[in-house]
Amino acid sequence: MTFQTAVFYVFAAILVFAALRVVTSRNPVHAALWLVLSFFTAAGVWMLLQAEFLAIVLVLVYVGAVMVLFLFVVMMLDVNFDKLRERFRSYIPVGATVGILFLLEMTLVLVGGYLQPGSTSAPGPVPAGYSNTRALGLQIYTDYAYPLEIAAVILLVAIIAAIALTHRERRESKYQNPSEQVRVRASDRLRVLRMPAEKREP
Amino acid sequence: MSLLSQPTLTHYLVLGAILFAISVIGIFLNRRNVIIMLMAIELMLLAVNLNFIAFAHFLADPAGQIFVFFILTVAAAESAIGLAILVLLFRNVGTIDVEELGRLKG
Repeated sequence: MTFQTAVFYVFAAILVFAALRVVTSRNPVHAALWLVLSFFTAAGVWMLLQAEFLAIVLVLVYVGAVMVLFLFVVMMLDVNFDKLRERFRSYIPVGATVGILFLLEMTLVLVGGYLQPGSTSAPGPVPAGYSNTRALGLQIYTDYAYPLEIAAVILLVAIIAAIALTHRERRESKYQNPSEQVRVRASDRLRVLRMPAEKREP
Repeated sequence: MSLLSQPTLTHYLVLGAILFAISVIGIFLNRRNVIIMLMAIELMLLAVNLNFIAFAHFLADPAGQIFVFFILTVAAAESAIGLAILVLLFRNVGTIDVEELGRLKG
């Protein structure tokens, strides 16, 4: 067993364990932290598959941005999480049945390739000077330029939607309106009343 | 062929299948907690991406990696909007329990 093979099995074990902890954690903050671990481990597996650029992007975008967003929301919301787990155990039978059937079906389909050795052999080592980022960039900016622009529009839509959904106009602080201050006239503020003078009774 | 042999395409695909199954179980288990459901969806997308990258590696075709690039973009947008909706939900209803969200029921 070579070193890389050992690394793959260790990473796969950590990944599966972390994923299990994500879905069974009692505390959502712990679940988010386990999800960070599983993303990081998946980035390691992608490194083994020579997808260096995407592995770095996964760490930067997911661990750096999306998971921080998750943690931010989890900590901001004041939710009673124990109440949400009241009937947690009652869902275990159906969840486990569906999940295990799922896994068995997929494994049955895939194991045919496993029993036939050599059908999907690993490609040889990459030539010297090969850059994964350069290869991706060459394709993205030529063949996939139009999908790239659509992806940019999707991100813009996400930005606007997130702001429009959570933004709320609320003026609780005291503030001045300079326009009203300038247009004010004396008659708005001062009223001169005409009333008869009264004589004090002797 | 021993079980712990050099990882082939099948090893990576089975790892992806295990991850996907765990996330399906997670969605069933956390039927009431929207946050964990969103996390399970992220895990599912990770499993799908793992399959794409494994195929891209073993078929020596970088197009699979480019597809992962776009999936990552859409997943980031999805989680941003999903969390925004979650915040809005909590602000208006006061809970994130899925079973109490029957307001649209006729």
